[in-house]
Parts: sequence; structure tokens; C-alpha cells
Amino acid sequence: MSEKNKWVYTEKLKEHFVNPKNVLADGEEERFDAKGVVGNIKCGDEMMVAIKVDKQKGTISDCKWKTYGCASAIASTSILSEMVKGMSLDQAYHLSPKDVAKELGGLPEHKIHCSVLGDKALRAAINDYYQRNGMQDKVEKEKARIICQCMNVTDLEIERAVLEGARTLLELQEKTKLGTVCGQCKGKATVLLDKYIKEHFAKEE
Amino acid sequence: MAKRKIYLDHNATTPLHPEVKKALKKAMEVFGNPSSLHSFGREARRLVEQVRGEVASFIGAAPEEVIFVGSGSEANNTALSIFTCSSSKCTCTAKGGTRIITTSIEHPCILETSKCLQDRGTKVSFLEVDQYGKIKIEKLKSMISDETGLISVMMANNEIGTTQDIKAVAKIAHARGILFHTDAVQAVGKIPVDVKDLDADFLTLSAHKIYGPKGIGVLYVKKGIPFCSLIHGGHQEQGRRAGTENTLGIIGLGKAVQMRAKEMGEEEKRLLKLKTILKNGIEEKISNIQFNGHPRDCLTNTLNVSFEGAEGEAILLYLDLEGIAVSTGSACASGSLDPSHVLLATGVSAERAHGSIRISMGRDNTIKDVECLLDKLPKVIKKIRGMSTSYIKKGER
Repeated sequence: MSEKNKWVYTEKLKEHFVNPKNVLADGEEERFDAKGVVGNIKCGDEMMVAIKVDKQKGTISDCKWKTYGCASAIASTSILSEMVKGMSLDQAYHLSPKDVAKELGGLPEHKIHCSVLGDKALRAAINDYYQRNGMQDKVEKEKARIICQCMNVTDLEIERAVLEGARTLLELQEKTKLGTVCGQCKGKATVLLDKYIKEHFAKEE
Repeated sequence: MAKRKIYLDHNATTPLHPEVKKALKKAMEVFGNPSSLHSFGREARRLVEQVRGEVASFIGAAPEEVIFVGSGSEANNTALSIFTCSSSKCTCTAKGGTRIITTSIEHPCILETSKCLQDRGTKVSFLEVDQYGKIKIEKLKSMISDETGLISVMMANNEIGTTQDIKAVAKIAHARGILFHTDAVQAVGKIPVDVKDLDADFLTLSAHKIYGPKGIGVLYVKKGIPFCSLIHGGHQEQGRRAGTENTLGIIGLGKAVQMRAKEMGEEEKRLLKLKTILKNGIEEKISNIQFNGHPRDCLTNTLNVSFEGAEGEAILLYLDLEGIAVSTGSACASGSLDPSHVLLATGVSAERAHGSIRISMGRDNTIKDVECLLDKLPKVIKKIRGMSTSYIKKGER
């Protein structure tokens, strides 16, 4: 086998996998202002992101993380932690997995789900910060309820998928991957699906 | 740049034996269709039948009981599918039963085929295994009914290496007039397999797991056993598997089998020593680990181990960067989030299943390879645990 044999991932991803940036060391947690944990180890991955906030500027001054996850999760969170430094909380909150994947030079489709954990944990950390600092109004606005524990899909994402055209549970699953592991959330998801379809599209039909 | 590469994934596939390579090079000159009557055809036929004899004697069968097929998966599909043949011309009068019993730890080509047959009306039951991956024999007895037509139990498991008492299962099956199939893809060439001794009605083996080429497998079918072919449209293989014989693959298989007969005895002893060193080394150097599979009734080349707080795909890829190839029970690499069905069937938690790797050695591996793995693996685990959300709770490395 030659060295030319391509790795499964891009060079950039490999670089962040081999030398992950901003891994939270033991005992370091204290020095951060907020943290967010998402994922479930039973489903194979878990992510924790901690942020330090420059209170005057309202920007993220430091971001560290830990994960029980695969190469994509490690690399994408490593790069995410670099990207968000200096960003305003609002900007960081609206980073999408697509931005991260783009920065990594692309991810194989079946690995996208592994990379979404990082930005979900980041949003959780930002919400945690709002909560701790008496900015509940902000949290309220962004509040999302996790419906699918395995794939970390929230009601907001279900709503977004409906807005993007999902009309059946299958279409919803194609878009969000919810209910594809243990399947326990399918009932809840169907109720929400109907609710959002009615809410947004009732008049059309 | 020229880093030494170490291959420890022999249960996935094996490199061609040097002797097989030689035989294949020579065989490339043989292009005749074994069914042709002219000298080109006769030459090919002679070689194909020679291998049939070699394979037969390797597994204790008669030559006419050996059917060449395209893969182990095809052999397994064929064995299971004889029950669903609905052709009015089908002469399998002895099919009788409609229920299949198999186990929860079979290879996907048995599990998925079973589920496919289930959709078409065949009743399939999946026998449970214990914490070591051993089937529950008493449970099997209670699962058998008058409807049962076939029992299929793998001889050795590909992921954890656990071996089953196939002879006992065959006995139970035959006592109730039930046909018995065993998927021996991982067993053949590693441990002695004799179809007469086992008293199997069907047995599956594959060439590429025993240093032969890919794309060639064998289904052993005991003489006088009802049979329906999966692939129709030709008289080849006594009308049991249509399609021009894969002469090249068959010749490769023949050489592979010859070499296995010579080498496997010594190799098993050698690999057992290496496995003991590997196992002890991992235990000594890495904390919070668990070995999966049966401690004794296990293939000597296979070691499956779980590391707390470390995800399997990450372990695999860090080792890959060091030039070491292993496999994982974590499914993240394959795109599904479900961890190994085999580990889950043995009662291993999802977390532990996600954090497992399979090391499967082969004829080329030496003590140096084991030492290299024992040098790199602790570092890899330490690195992963260092960034693990699940491992900080332990407070130790």
C-alpha cells in the first residue's frame, strides 16, 4: 500500500484528529463561564463544550471541549473551538454544522451526524451562559426541546424540516435522522410533525 | 515514510498466500470453459475437479458434496433459501418444515437473509447467546417444533471468536429430523473442520478468509439432502449453481486449502502464544478494559476488547495512523449508529460495545507485531481517554 492511499477524511480533518486543539484538561473546567453537554454515550457519542466569555464585548474568549466520539466528532469540534474564538455569542449560536464541515473541507455524508454534536454542545453552552447571567429572555427565545435523544434532534429542527418540505415521518427522518436509533421518539415526532404542518401550512390545504 | 504496516484484521480478509499467488499466475493461462468438450475445456475441467477433491478431503466430504459458489454470503443465502423455493417443479419433497432457527450473533448474510425470508412468510426464530457468545443449548431444544425445518448456527463468530459445540447442535437437529447448516467461514482453516464428524447437512466456507482469492466460496451439501439452487439457468455444479465456473478462483482456493492443511496446526499453537502475550500485555498496560468472547472456546487468532471511555472508530483510526490495522465493533465507521449486534447479544452495554476493537491475527504476524501494538495501543487509549467526556468521571488514566 502506498502513502498515496487516501485517508477516509480530508487532510484538514486528519490534522485536527491527530492534534486536536483546545481539549479541556482535567480541573480546567472551573475557569470557564458556562458549559453544554449533548449526546448520549449509549448512542455512541457525547460532547461537552465549555466557553469563557468576554463580558464587556459579549464575545467568546476561550472555548474548550471533551468528547466520547469518533474521528469526525473530534476533528469537527477541534476546528469549531478555533472558529468561535472572538465571535459574538449571537454569531456563535448561529454557526451551523455546514459551516464547520466546510471549514474541514467536507465530510462524508454518513459522518455529518457525528460533526453536529460540537455545535449543539456550543449552543447548549451559550444557553447555559445566558441562564447563569440573568439573560433568561435570550434563552427563552432560543429554547429547544430535544425530542430524539439518540440523534439529538429538537422540536425546532423538526419545525425547520417541516418548513423545508418534510410532510411524512419518513421525510422527517431523512432530513433529521430522528428516530433512527432506538425509535422511541417516533410517536412524539409524529405529533409535532402534524402540529407544525397545521401551524404553517393549514391554509394551503 | 516507509513505516512498517501491521495487519491485524484477518477475520475481515486475508492476504493471498505466496503459494496461492504462484498458482493463480499459472492459472491465468487456463481460460477454457470447463463445460467445453475440446482440450481447452477439458484442461479447465480437470483442474476444477482436482480442487473439488482437495476441498472435499480438507473438510472430510465426498467431492460431489462440494458446490463452488461466488462467496460465503452466497453459500449462506443458498442454504437458507431452499425452504422458500415455490417452484412447482421443485423436487425437494423432504423440505417439510417451514420454520428456521438461527442465532442472534450470525453474520449479516444469515441475519438479513432470515429477515428477508420472514417477510416472505417463513417463520424464523433467533436463539440467544450467553455473556460469552455461547448459544443456549437448552433454549434451542425448547424452541424446536414440528414445523422446524432448518437450524443454522455459525461454528465460530467473526467478531468475538467464540466457537460453538456444532456437533451437539447437529445431534439435536437430527434427533428431530431437522436439517442442520453451519456457517464455518471463520472456522475453516483455523480449527479442524470435518463435516462427517460434525454431521452437518450444509456447511459454508470462503476462500478469502484462508489466504485464497475473493469471489469464491463453497457450500457443502450432504449427499441425499434436499436442495434447491439459488441461481438457476445452467447445468454447472450438478445443476446446483448456474454460471460458468470461476476457474481462477477455484484454483486459488485449491492451493489455499492445500497450504492450510500444511500450516494450520503449527500456526494455531503459535497464535495462541501470541494471543496470550497480547492479552496479558493489554491487561497489564491499560486499565478499565474488558475482553469479549469466550475465554477458552475461542478462535486463537481473535481477541475482542473494550476500552472504557474510548470510542472504537477513533481507536481504529489512531492505530491506522501508526500503520496498524484492526477492526471495530463500533458502527460509526460504517455509517450506522448501532453498535455491534454480536456484542449487544452477549449483553455488553452499548457504551462498551462502542468502545471495542477486534484484533484478528494471521499467518504473517509475529511477536514483533504484538509488541508494536502493545507499545502503541496504550498511548492511543490514553490520548482518547484524555479528551473523553465519559472517562473523566473515573479520575484515573
